[in-house]
Amino acid sequence: MTAIDLCDWCEQVIQEYVDRELTEAEMKEAESHLETCSHCRKRYLFEASLRRYVRQSVPAMSPEMKARLSALRIEL
Amino acid sequence: MSETSSDEARRLADDARERVRFEEEALALADQVYRVARGVSRSKEEAEDLMQDAYARAFRSWRSFTPGTNLRAWLLRIVTNLNIDRGRRAQRTPDQQPLEETDYFLYNRLEAATGETEEERVLERLSQDNVAEALAAVPHDFRDVVVLVDIGDFSYADAAQILDIPIGTVMSRLHRGRRILKQELADLAVDAR
Repeated sequence: MTAIDLCDWCEQVIQEYVDRELTEAEMKEAESHLETCSHCRKRYLFEASLRRYVRQSVPAMSPEMKARLSALRIEL
Repeated sequence: MSETSSDEARRLADDARERVRFEEEALALADQVYRVARGVSRSKEEAEDLMQDAYARAFRSWRSFTPGTNLRAWLLRIVTNLNIDRGRRAQRTPDQQPLEETDYFLYNRLEAATGETEEERVLERLSQDNVAEALAAVPHDFRDVVVLVDIGDFSYADAAQILDIPIGTVMSRLHRGRRILKQELADLAVDAR
């Protein structure tokens, strides 16, 4: 693949790469491209950060809610 | 005590121990389950009601859980099924709006709007409220998959099992759901300024 083909390929698989759903060989191929291509690396880091951001956007459960769930346990 | 009644007492004691262990393990996972429930719900109150119903159902039907299998996935299957049962069928059908062609368009638009090229600086343009608002705007079929994978950290195969859909459907909904999420984020973070 040429460098431009590799960038196109990388964009196509970037979501699966972040999700660690590519095959081992594909993961290695993507990793080696990301090491050398700053255009794709910046966008990969953005996608990975966005994923973390989405994860953190959901607030934790309140202690009151936890107590309400515990109260649902069936008495022995 | 006769042999039969002693066997029965032992069986009941074993049963009670198993049930207590199940309940404790399910409660230990409640934080993680809640994050997904909150992600697929429109409000904190809706998420809490969903959790309460899901845990009540889980505690009642604990025998249908197979020990040694994935309890978190089992609990989330209850959560997602209950959420679908709760009148979500009345919601609009999956979104058909045209989407941006490139997966990187959010980065490209934020970069163009800020002049920044460092990904963390680009991301600073977004607030957590933006993310929550954008997620709520994603149609539910797509949001369920995005939430399970992005917030629940499930594999595609686990998400397929929880939602009872083929893995290819998980991938296509995830792909489209993330694009919609990014479009909403771009609208909130760039166009509103």
